[in-house]
Amino acid sequence: MEYLEFELPIKELEEQLLKCKVIGEESEVDVTETCSQIEKKLANAQKDIYKNLTPWQRVQLSRHPNRPYTLDYIKAICGDTFLELHGDRNVKDDKAMVGGLGKIGDQTFMFIGQQKGYNTKTRQYRNFGMANPEGYRKALRLMKSAEKFGIPVVTLIDTPGAYPGLEAEERGQGEAIARNILEMARLQVPIITIVIGEGASGGALGIGVGDKVLMLENAWYSVISPENCSSILWRSWEYKEQAAEALKLTASDAKKIKVVDDIIKEPLGGAHRDREKTFATVSSTIVKTYEALKNLSPKDLVSKRMDKYENMGVFKG
Amino acid sequence: MSWFKRKTKGITTTTEEKKDTPKGLWYKTPTGKIVDTEELARNFYVSPEDGYHVRIGSKEYFEILFDDNKFKELDANLESKDPLKFEDTKKYPERLKAAQEKTKLKDAVRTAVGKSKGRDLVVACMDFSFIGGSMGSVVGEKIARAADYSLKNNVPLMIISKSGGARMMEAALSLMQLAKTSVKLAQLADAKIPYISLCTDPTTGGTTASFAMLGDINISEPGALIGFAGPRVVKDTTGQDLPEGFQTSEFLLEHGFLDFITLRKELKNKVNQYLDLILNMPIRA
Repeated sequence: MEYLEFELPIKELEEQLLKCKVIGEESEVDVTETCSQIEKKLANAQKDIYKNLTPWQRVQLSRHPNRPYTLDYIKAICGDTFLELHGDRNVKDDKAMVGGLGKIGDQTFMFIGQQKGYNTKTRQYRNFGMANPEGYRKALRLMKSAEKFGIPVVTLIDTPGAYPGLEAEERGQGEAIARNILEMARLQVPIITIVIGEGASGGALGIGVGDKVLMLENAWYSVISPENCSSILWRSWEYKEQAAEALKLTASDAKKIKVVDDIIKEPLGGAHRDREKTFATVSSTIVKTYEALKNLSPKDLVSKRMDKYENMGVFKG
Repeated sequence: MSWFKRKTKGITTTTEEKKDTPKGLWYKTPTGKIVDTEELARNFYVSPEDGYHVRIGSKEYFEILFDDNKFKELDANLESKDPLKFEDTKKYPERLKAAQEKTKLKDAVRTAVGKSKGRDLVVACMDFSFIGGSMGSVVGEKIARAADYSLKNNVPLMIISKSGGARMMEAALSLMQLAKTSVKLAQLADAKIPYISLCTDPTTGGTTASFAMLGDINISEPGALIGFAGPRVVKDTTGQDLPEGFQTSEFLLEHGFLDFITLRKELKNKVNQYLDLILNMPIRA
C-alpha cells in the first residue's frame, strides 16, 4: 500500500500496530492492551484525516496509485461474463478507452470507460487514461451497438483529460467529443455514468452524458484540473490547492450544483482501502439505478435526459 | 547646393484631392500592414493589403449577415451570476463587471433573429472581447434559447464561434453547457432544421468540443485558429514541434473537419446559398 503525504500519520500508526502484534507473537508477552490503544489512536487519526479532507487531498486520493481503475471494476462486477470489445473501425484501438459487454445478474450492460495503468509500462500503454479521438469514436460505436440491441450503457469516468496531442488534433479531438455528447443526449437506451476517479473536462464529458450521473466520494469532476487552472489563472503551478478549492470539484459540491445526481460512498480512506467493498457498492448502485430507469420508454428516457441538461446552469435575467 | 533635389516641379495634388489624415484610427495587421479603419470596415474588416481577417464581434457579424443591419436581439438581458463564489487573483463578479464596462456587452454571446437575403435567420455570435469568449451558463442558455427560437419558428440557426473554451469561473457548470447546447442541437437535427457552424479566430476548447464541430456544415474564415487543445498545450505535452499552419482553418479543411473556408465578404452569399440548396429552394440572387 502506498501512502500520500497527508496519510503519513496513519502509516506510522499502522506500522506501530503491526510491530506491536509481531512483538506479542514473538515474545509471548500480552500486548493486547497496547495494541488496542494503538488501534484506537489509528481509528481516531483516520477519522480525523479522512473526515476533513480538503478538495486538494481528495484530488490526490482520486489519483492514488492503488485506486481501482475501470477494468478492475468491470472484472470484479461481471466476472467471467465480461467480453472486451476493441476498435473504432476507423483508425485503431485506443488503449486509453476500454469497453465491452458483461452481466450483472441476468442483465447485460455495455461498459465503457477510460483506463489507466498501474505501473510505468502500463501507464504509457494506456496513455495515462487520456483518450485520443479514436477512443471517443470507439466509445460511440459501442454505445450505438448497445442501442441497437436495447442494452443499457454504463460509463466509468477516470481521466486527466482528452489527450492534447498533435495527431489527436489532426483526427479531430474536439469533433469526436462533441459528437459523443450529442449522440449520448439522444441515445435510446439508459445511460448510467459513474465518475470513479478523475473527471477532467471534455475528456470526461465525452462519455459522461447520462440519465443518472453518479460520483464516488473521493472522485473529482470539473472543467479543468486544478494544476492547469492554477497555471492559467494564477500564471503559476503553485496555486493548485487554491484552484482545487475554487473549482468546487468535489463530489458534494458537484451534487450541490446538480452536475451529478448522487454520491457513492467509499470505504474510509478511499476506494483502494477496501476494493471488494467498493466493487460491491458500485455494482449494487448500478443495479438499483437501472431498476429505476428500465421501465421508461425510450422516448420518455431521452426527453427526461434532455430536460435535465437543459436545466443546467445558473444565471440572472 | 541643397541636399535634396526636387525632380518634378511643384506639388501636383490639388487641395480638393488632398487626403485627410483620419481621426488617428489606423489598424496594423500581423504582417505589419497599416490600414485605415474606415476602409477596413468597408472591406468587411478584412485588410485590403494582405487579406488578413481581423477579429470582429457580434456587432460586425450582425452587420455583415443581416439585411440593412436590421435584427431583433434575443434575451439581451441575461447576465452571469457567481454560483461558485469563484475567486482567483480576482473575484468573478469583479471580472464580469470589468468586462461589461470594457466591452459594453452583457456576456460573451449575443443572439438575434433577422432577415438575411430576405429570409429569417437566427444568429448566435460570440464575442471574444468578453473574458476570452468563454462559455459559462449565460452563453449556454442564450444559445439554447436561440435554438429554441429556431425550433419554434422553423428558422435555420447559425452559431459563430469565437472562444477560448468553457469559462473556468463557473467550473463544472460551464462544462455542462457543452451538454446543454448539444442537447438543443440534437433536437434541431431531429426537427431537420439546418444548423451552420462558423468557426472564427479563435475557436478552441469546450466550444470546439460541442457546437462548433456539430454543424450540418462547419465552415470558417481564412487563417482562423481552430482546435481542441491550444497549440501551446500541444507543444508542451508532446514536446514535438508543431507543423506550419497547425490548427489553422486550412489545416482543418485538409483533415476533413470543415466543409469550406469562405472569405468574409462572401460569407452572407455562401451561407444563404447553402440554405437554399439544402432546403431545395430556388437560389436567391
